[in-house]
Amino acid sequence: MLSFVEHLPVLVVVISLLSAITIFITGWINKKTAWYISTATLLSQFISSIFILHHVMTVGPIRYRLGGWVPPWGIEYVMDALNAYVLVILLFLGLVCVIYSKRNIDHELPDKGVSFYTVYQLLITGLCGITVTGDIFNMYVFIEITSLSAYALIASRGKIALKASFTYLVLGSIGACFFLLGIGFLYSVTGSLNIHDLSLLLPPLYGNRVVLAAFVFFIVGLSIKMALFPLHTWLPDAHAFAPAEISAMLSGIIIEISTYAFIRVAFSVFTARFLQSLPVFDILCWLAAAAIIIGSVLAISQTNLKRMLAYSSVANMGYIVLALGLSISARKAPWGGLNPSMMHILNHALMKGCLFLVAGAFIYKADLWEIRDFRGLGRRMPYTCAAFVIAALSMIGIPPSVGFVSKLYIILASIEAKKFFFVPVLLLSSLLNLIYFWRVIETMYMKRVEGKDSAHTSHELHLQKEEIPLGMLAPIWVLASLCVIMGILWLANIPIPLLNQINSTFGLGGIR
Amino acid sequence: MMEIPETLKPLFALGCPALAAILILVFGRRPNLREGVTLLASLSQFSIILSMASRVVSGVKIQSYLFPIVPGISFGFRVDAFGLLFALTASSLWILVSIYSIGYMRALKEHAQTRFYFCFALAILGAVGVALSGNLVTMYIFYEILTISTYPLVAHEQSQEAIFAGRKYLAYLLTSGVFLLAAIVFTYATAQTTDFNPGGILSLTSSSRSTLITLFILFILGFMKAAYMPFHSWLPAAMVAPTPVSALLHAVAVVKAGVFGIVRTVAYIYGIDLMRELGLGILLASFAGVTMIVASLFAIAQDNLKRRLAYSTISQLSYIVFGVALLSPMGITGAILHIPFHGFMKITLFLCAGSILVASGKKNISEMGGIGHSMPITMLAFTVGALGMCGLPPACGFVSKWFLGLGTVEADSLLFLAVLLISSLLDVVYFFPIVYIAFFGDRERGTLNLSEGRMMKEAPLSMVIPLSITALFSIIFSFPNPITSMLFDLVRLAISH
Repeated sequence: MLSFVEHLPVLVVVISLLSAITIFITGWINKKTAWYISTATLLSQFISSIFILHHVMTVGPIRYRLGGWVPPWGIEYVMDALNAYVLVILLFLGLVCVIYSKRNIDHELPDKGVSFYTVYQLLITGLCGITVTGDIFNMYVFIEITSLSAYALIASRGKIALKASFTYLVLGSIGACFFLLGIGFLYSVTGSLNIHDLSLLLPPLYGNRVVLAAFVFFIVGLSIKMALFPLHTWLPDAHAFAPAEISAMLSGIIIEISTYAFIRVAFSVFTARFLQSLPVFDILCWLAAAAIIIGSVLAISQTNLKRMLAYSSVANMGYIVLALGLSISARKAPWGGLNPSMMHILNHALMKGCLFLVAGAFIYKADLWEIRDFRGLGRRMPYTCAAFVIAALSMIGIPPSVGFVSKLYIILASIEAKKFFFVPVLLLSSLLNLIYFWRVIETMYMKRVEGKDSAHTSHELHLQKEEIPLGMLAPIWVLASLCVIMGILWLANIPIPLLNQINSTFGLGGIR
Repeated sequence: MMEIPETLKPLFALGCPALAAILILVFGRRPNLREGVTLLASLSQFSIILSMASRVVSGVKIQSYLFPIVPGISFGFRVDAFGLLFALTASSLWILVSIYSIGYMRALKEHAQTRFYFCFALAILGAVGVALSGNLVTMYIFYEILTISTYPLVAHEQSQEAIFAGRKYLAYLLTSGVFLLAAIVFTYATAQTTDFNPGGILSLTSSSRSTLITLFILFILGFMKAAYMPFHSWLPAAMVAPTPVSALLHAVAVVKAGVFGIVRTVAYIYGIDLMRELGLGILLASFAGVTMIVASLFAIAQDNLKRRLAYSTISQLSYIVFGVALLSPMGITGAILHIPFHGFMKITLFLCAGSILVASGKKNISEMGGIGHSMPITMLAFTVGALGMCGLPPACGFVSKWFLGLGTVEADSLLFLAVLLISSLLDVVYFFPIVYIAFFGDRERGTLNLSEGRMMKEAPLSMVIPLSITALFSIIFSFPNPITSMLFDLVRLAISH
């Protein structure tokens, strides 16, 4: 008899799917119910994910057999420390974004609320599915569900967004094909699709060309999905033209979930021993370094805030992948193994989520897209801009924010791995971050508003605030304050035991 | 009053400005309450730091470590004599500058005053945090807070010039922060710790000569806040900030944080013996010597009073670096003494410049003819500060320069003694004309330029009193009394290792 918590992994997926259908049906009757159902679902999912995480940390991994079928034949949902952690982040950001969307969707997608929440809930279903599943073909299915809903959501604004969505559709489908080919190759040599089963069957076949080819297909396919340089070309447009909360989800979670899928394939289907025998992770490190620098340089050249943030996401995926690439060579706690990459997945979700929601707030309130139009916003929308400053400082890596901790840990990892080249890359990247974020901050606070020639006018004149509604401001501030609070928690090593448990699952890290 | 447990004192000392910053934002609409918060915070911070002095003088190091960041590094504070000296300087001057800035900001009807006081409190948090930090990583955290929080103060005016100065400021200081982070991380990788240890934590046994020299260069680049040449140009540019900012931050807190960091690196990370063995002392002293002289030459050419003072600051900061780089006990004594002494003297000069600006609107020295007759107290205070800068008694600059001179003799280097003397001579060359113009200059030109024909008089009392106090202290420090003897005890303790 399974305890209640052990049913939660499947419930997280199922209630999300059911709520998508419910929203669609009740939407016929009353359009206003959509947001409430979606929020309630995400809240319950988020609470479930915390129960799951707690269970995994205290009791151990959860294995749930769908329909009671025994694993190699039936589909199995497996929760270990890795996906329990990712699931919490995913549902937290999903919840924050859905709360934000209440007012924003009325503005960005008038009369499309019901379809928006239906598809949004499908997106969450897909993301949860990728995370909880222990079956690689099932993972592919959920990747497709995620991608299809993402295509729809990106295109939802119409016009130029259609083109962005189409580019993503083409490249995303190619990525998915590669992933499927990888699965096919593995199935042809092992006859199994269960991740745990594969990890037992594969070791004798590590020299096999088909297995190697499968691994390469996985890498390429998922690299497109996670927008790893130079396969990032779909990302800037998609992020720039989607509605704000979808940009935040895309940048903060969807590409990270693809990274999760990659970690799952690399360390659960294959093993750290297999990876150590190949130079793949070294190549990943170099690609990531290129992504960090080139992404940042391209971000500097942008004039549109959301595109700038999108290129910054390319750079930040570089951080995560660089940390991932170092994971098999750096072993010392607390920066060894997957710790820095896991850390940055959360940190990036917080920072970029906050920044995209702020960008959405500017569009909501004043239809401002271009950075040069932000003059005087610091006075007009003080709370929103203050949140932007906190998140931007965090991206630059000013202590004690989350960005600083990520930077510090990745640097320490690359020193331990004796790959000193990446230290100046990371340091240079924080300067490049400084350039493009400071331009925005300077425009918001320091540049004078045209027409008003003096900044010395008494402050009463300036106090015509045009703040966004509380329903949008609260999510922004939750994320912004977490940028600092999590930074201090990371520095205090409080969540590190969780990450160490992830490492021990895969036999990484370990040296205290 | 309730007694604060000793180990919590560093936290409370930092808590004052942190809490003040929040309250300033809360009371943004009520100026009197807002300024009251600033004053109260500065007073309580000073008294907390002062209350640590007696324990520290008796040789105890007050430690409070909060949590481990990575193995071997904990976030925390360790108050030793040297750190306390810097913290005392910064926090005592914060009280005076707070009073002064209330007068200054209100007299000039400056905009965005809430932002000003908020950032000011955060900057003090950064500076005192740097002073009390127990290791490099903690120090780095506060060092960066100091950089960021002072940016809005530099760009306060929001004119094109101010924005450009702000950019320059950030570009220099955050780039240097990156070098500092690199240096800290490599130090950690070599030594497995970054704690400040009086004998140094690095040694030639664990790493090669060239590595240590490269690392030292990284450290020096990291402490660009010390404004040594050729990386000094952010400091004169930052003079567009309101005068209280230039006074406390760009003569004391920010730049001294850089110098403080260099001293910490030389004496507590490398250690005097290792420095001597690597021959880094001579290198550093040469750089500092060049800056001392060249910056003085630059200062002569400035007509804007604040810019001239800025170049003088650049030159004087290098005295401190120079003193430490001599690696002799007397030299280090002189250097450490020069931190509070220069602080008090330079702040006097800046406060005078600010009150001249408020009273007459004049920024350039050439327009200040006869100003000493209308503003006698201000200009007397200025004279005291200027005497100190030139190292002449009765101001305390004489004492620290005396020790620096002894240091060069101890280091057996007549060349460095010559550098010191030439630089002092140049100080006279650029300070004396200001005093001369103020008292004996063309009085007609000076007073007639004032608009609306109103008579020029002293600036508001809230500005004159602080600058008189700092001038008074600049003299008090050079005579034996309880305060001076406490300072000397601290210095003796700091160099006794």
